[in-house]
Amino acid sequence: MYLDHAATTPMRPEAVAAMEPFAFEVFGNSSGIHSVSRSAKNALEEARERAAAILGARPIEIVFTSGGTEADNLALKGSVFNPSPRRGVVTVATEHEAVLETADFLKRIGMPTAVVGVDSDGRAGPDRVAGAVTPETAVVSVMLVNNETGTVQPVGEIARAVKEADPEVLVHTDAVQGFNCLDIDVAELGVDLLALSGHKFGGPKGSGLLYVREGVDLEPVQHGGGQELGRRSGTHDVAGAVGLVAAMEVAAADRHRFRDEIGGMRDRFLELLKDRLHDTVPNTPAQGRSPHHLNLRFPGVSNQILLMRLDQSGVCASAGSACQSGAATVSHVLESMGLHPDEARECVRFTLGWTSTEEETELAAKTVVELVEELR
Amino acid sequence: MRALVAMSGGVDSSVAAALMKDRGHDVIGVTLKMWAGPGGEAPTAGCCTVSDAEDARRVAAQLDIPYYVLDYTDEFATGVIDRFVGAYATGRTPNPCIECNRTVKFDALLGGLDDFDCDVLVTGHHARIAERDGALRLVRGADREKDQSYVLSMLTLSQLARLVFPVGELTKGQVRAVAAEMGLRTAHKAESMEICFVRSGDYRSFLRQNAPDAFAPGPLIAEDGTRLGEHEGIAGFTIGQRRGIGVAVGEPRYVVGIVPATATVVIGTKDRLGVSRVELSRLTWVNGPAEGEVAAQYRAHGEPVAATVTGSSAVFARPQEAVAPGQTIAFYRGDEVLGGALIESTAA
Repeated sequence: MYLDHAATTPMRPEAVAAMEPFAFEVFGNSSGIHSVSRSAKNALEEARERAAAILGARPIEIVFTSGGTEADNLALKGSVFNPSPRRGVVTVATEHEAVLETADFLKRIGMPTAVVGVDSDGRAGPDRVAGAVTPETAVVSVMLVNNETGTVQPVGEIARAVKEADPEVLVHTDAVQGFNCLDIDVAELGVDLLALSGHKFGGPKGSGLLYVREGVDLEPVQHGGGQELGRRSGTHDVAGAVGLVAAMEVAAADRHRFRDEIGGMRDRFLELLKDRLHDTVPNTPAQGRSPHHLNLRFPGVSNQILLMRLDQSGVCASAGSACQSGAATVSHVLESMGLHPDEARECVRFTLGWTSTEEETELAAKTVVELVEELR
Repeated sequence: MRALVAMSGGVDSSVAAALMKDRGHDVIGVTLKMWAGPGGEAPTAGCCTVSDAEDARRVAAQLDIPYYVLDYTDEFATGVIDRFVGAYATGRTPNPCIECNRTVKFDALLGGLDDFDCDVLVTGHHARIAERDGALRLVRGADREKDQSYVLSMLTLSQLARLVFPVGELTKGQVRAVAAEMGLRTAHKAESMEICFVRSGDYRSFLRQNAPDAFAPGPLIAEDGTRLGEHEGIAGFTIGQRRGIGVAVGEPRYVVGIVPATATVVIGTKDRLGVSRVELSRLTWVNGPAEGEVAAQYRAHGEPVAATVTGSSAVFARPQEAVAPGQTIAFYRGDEVLGGALIESTAA
């Protein structure tokens, strides 16, 4: 029973099939003049066009990266180090480490950084975010869907409020957890930058992209041969880009099922748990949430022991945050939502995905109930 | 039987896990994350480092057993580091490895066995649990050189009943041979002797950072009260210490007393180090109180000496040097651990 799809999810067969030719048949380096290179370059550019179409962007606005972390790094550092004199970053306390640690690095080297707090649902209001913008702010970064709780941030409203406060400020969104379930159109969101990671929706690990609105000037993080119009050097991972885009297409077409069926399974899972474990406290808000996340606190139960017992019983879940060794750590997301560290150590994240089934989630719920009752 | 194996990433606990698996038990490996630096970074020296956890993980994978890293940094911080710092600040000599066994390995893991759904806790300690005269006994490890029964002397009978020390029956050489035979990556790994949370063995600079109060300057006096100079703080001193006192006199001088209230360090000659009586706290017995003469060991690798325990004090048959408050004292009869305690105070 796999309930850790927000960590990563199985690849879509369509993505695997799409990548297959690039090992032998179309093995070329996309930056070359001969026929072998050309076929690789064609495949890459076709993938770029298809990715752009899904996001409502132009192909030139798509920069392929090695994943969400690199895309976030490029968005923030690229905005701060570009020729514009603005050097500041405004972000939110519940962001992914890819954003928070990058912002922290920029702060350490002297860039003015502000981290906006959130309410108990994990949301930063548009006014609070826009209020943190100063004439020094280069970029505002707010994630679309929180990876630990599934809280949906009003990115569109935030972008509007920020642009109203100061139209020169760039707005970035880490949409890594939102692509599965939300219709994403960059114009509608009103963002300048948007990060995606392939493996969160059935693409290969190590694939991702950054949407960069035309006219936005980013200093590259990775300098070199000038690929991706100089925005990201390094020989293209053509297979990765093709797999990423194939997964984007399948996942985008599957969004309505995600919202209805997968969302229904998640609601049923919560219902089954609350029937027996009355004091279960959801950290995932009741409104404005993704259909596939569920972060719960089981008072009096240590999450690391529960996760270990769940694994022994065949249920894969997570604490939402873990250190490199795999040990559960106190979640900065839950702490910033007002939970005490002792409470954060009682929280477990269950996330559903495209392979989830009713039988699987119901059996998992039963197992969770049994173990939580035993550990009390 | 379901066995929870505490795997440090060293050869002993690797072999302990392997032997349990070999005996047909259900084995689960865990590594305890006990310490992180101020920025949350994992230690890189001593035990419990990132590469140790990686070794443990790889051994577990090789043995095909489930493996988890559990975070006990809070328990370690209050149970081990705070006590370590507190002990030096009050002129005592702590043993952090014993506190770690007590508060993390045994309290948290052994105490939590039911939650882990396991029957026994397995560690790589060199000690044995043997049944003699119808009762479980804690006995020195087969390898007298590597014996770790001293650090386990706080265990009680009910704890022994749920513990297994598979490598206690083996010499260190045999442990390495078993590991090599099984192709375990830890077979030839060097042992760590350092305190895991202290970088490059420099515990004084650790204390200076973590217990600045214990570095209030104070007087250095002779036993007759003569002021010999000033020191930078009592945390830099241990009873019996000879080097680094900062007083140059003809005859070798030792730290013979520490008075935390006045931050005074007392210096004297070797003959003043003799301790014949110690008052004990946290005294525990494996199989009930022992009467009469026992063998007492007050250092991890010290030789046991004759002593008699009465109530909560122990009297040595002959005065002992370098006995300091804060140290653990273990009581033996032959190779059997009878019990253990903490030395509260000493008297000549």
